[in-house]
Amino acid sequence: MNSMQDELIKTVAKLLKDHTVDLFIGYEQGTLPLQTSPCFLTAEEDAKRLVWNSLCANNLAVYLPRLMPDRSNARYKRIGVLCKGCDSRSVAGLIKEKQVARDRVFVLGIACPGIVDKKKIAGLMKGTEIDGVEETADEIIVNTRDSSRCFKKKELLYECCADCTHPSPLLHDAFIGKENAAPRAPQADARVREFSSKERAGRWKVFEAELSRCIRCYACRNACPNCYCRECFAEETKPAWIGVTDDLSDIMFYHMGRILHQAGRCVDCGACVRACPMDIDLRLFTRVLVDEVQERFGYEPGLSLEESAPLATYRAEDKQEFMTEPE
Amino acid sequence: MTAFEPKIVAFLCNWCSYAGADLAGVSRIQYAPNIRIIRVPCSGRINPFYIIKALQNGVDGVLVSGCHPGDCHYLSGNFFARRRFALVKRFLEYVGIEPERVQFSWVSAAEGPRFAQIIERVTSDIKRLGPLAYFRKDGAGTEKVK
Repeated sequence: MNSMQDELIKTVAKLLKDHTVDLFIGYEQGTLPLQTSPCFLTAEEDAKRLVWNSLCANNLAVYLPRLMPDRSNARYKRIGVLCKGCDSRSVAGLIKEKQVARDRVFVLGIACPGIVDKKKIAGLMKGTEIDGVEETADEIIVNTRDSSRCFKKKELLYECCADCTHPSPLLHDAFIGKENAAPRAPQADARVREFSSKERAGRWKVFEAELSRCIRCYACRNACPNCYCRECFAEETKPAWIGVTDDLSDIMFYHMGRILHQAGRCVDCGACVRACPMDIDLRLFTRVLVDEVQERFGYEPGLSLEESAPLATYRAEDKQEFMTEPE
Repeated sequence: MTAFEPKIVAFLCNWCSYAGADLAGVSRIQYAPNIRIIRVPCSGRINPFYIIKALQNGVDGVLVSGCHPGDCHYLSGNFFARRRFALVKRFLEYVGIEPERVQFSWVSAAEGPRFAQIIERVTSDIKRLGPLAYFRKDGAGTEKVK
């Protein structure tokens, strides 16, 4: 892991020195031991701030549309961004949707072993203050004042990481670590299947119970690279889709709208889930359309720049078994 | 107590289904009076939000109807719509809205009888389900989960 971090620092320093990129977005150590935070580097000597470990969770592609020269900001000619598998698929999506120009982004791909859920660690430590963490290839060692505990990384992965089909970035201009292009076989999510098998009223009840915790902070939207709209339907006033209320019905409308907007675009990076301060199980509801798009249209987002988005194309022979026919 | 009469919004495309409804009318075909028609230029004009918003604001069911595939006035509007509808239908069903509440159909301008049959079918489906007692903005049936 550390050798990858060294390689990362060296590579980024060179990119900045040669002016291949004017800005590089990566991760640095956060203020808390389990936290990494995004960092924005413009000078070669800053590259040493970069870190790479199993806690580098954020999807950094989210910053690209906001910083992109094509959209009113001409400060950076080319932006470099560190991308795990899912992040690179987000970047591919942004390029496809013309939010980011391909030649103005430098994707530094990195082999991703799966990201560890810091909330799971905190849960296992039961509130004991954590002084620091160390990592080996498979384990993460958590140090407290008087002891240290060792956990298997595999058991602490984010749910979306455990189900990840493309851990290795597909779209990249340079690569760190061992490239492994062979995807894992995509499979319909087990939790989605289980939820589908519940009876209808029970499903609605769970949906309602989860979303009733929502405080409409819109963190799920803000963390999502796909949500680049300058004016979101949630804040639109003409028409006002959603009242400025804490009405559960409005909250549900917001989430249904957000999830439907992600149809065929969501790369299942888990950014919305991680961003949620109320720990709402958003993935249970977003994942169903990922599976449905895959099953119905044979499409996985972000795998290629050429393939048309599933809702921007059609086939005359698309299935239509759901259409109503007279009795 | 009077029997439950559902309120159903029908989004009909201007070129086929709306004309189909017109034909059913001028042919004096009887069908359930529960639908409120909203004419749209094309089934491809339907934003899934319209459907959800209608349910939220108190209708018991929504029908969207357009030209048969291949017959779209704008050539391909209904093909694009069909893909969207498939996902909307799957999603709403998944989160627990009865699939019969949101239905999609193809009705051409020449199919007055078919239009009437579809309305009968949708209306009887929704009558069987009863009023939408959740998700409504006016709170009818939606209790705050604490």
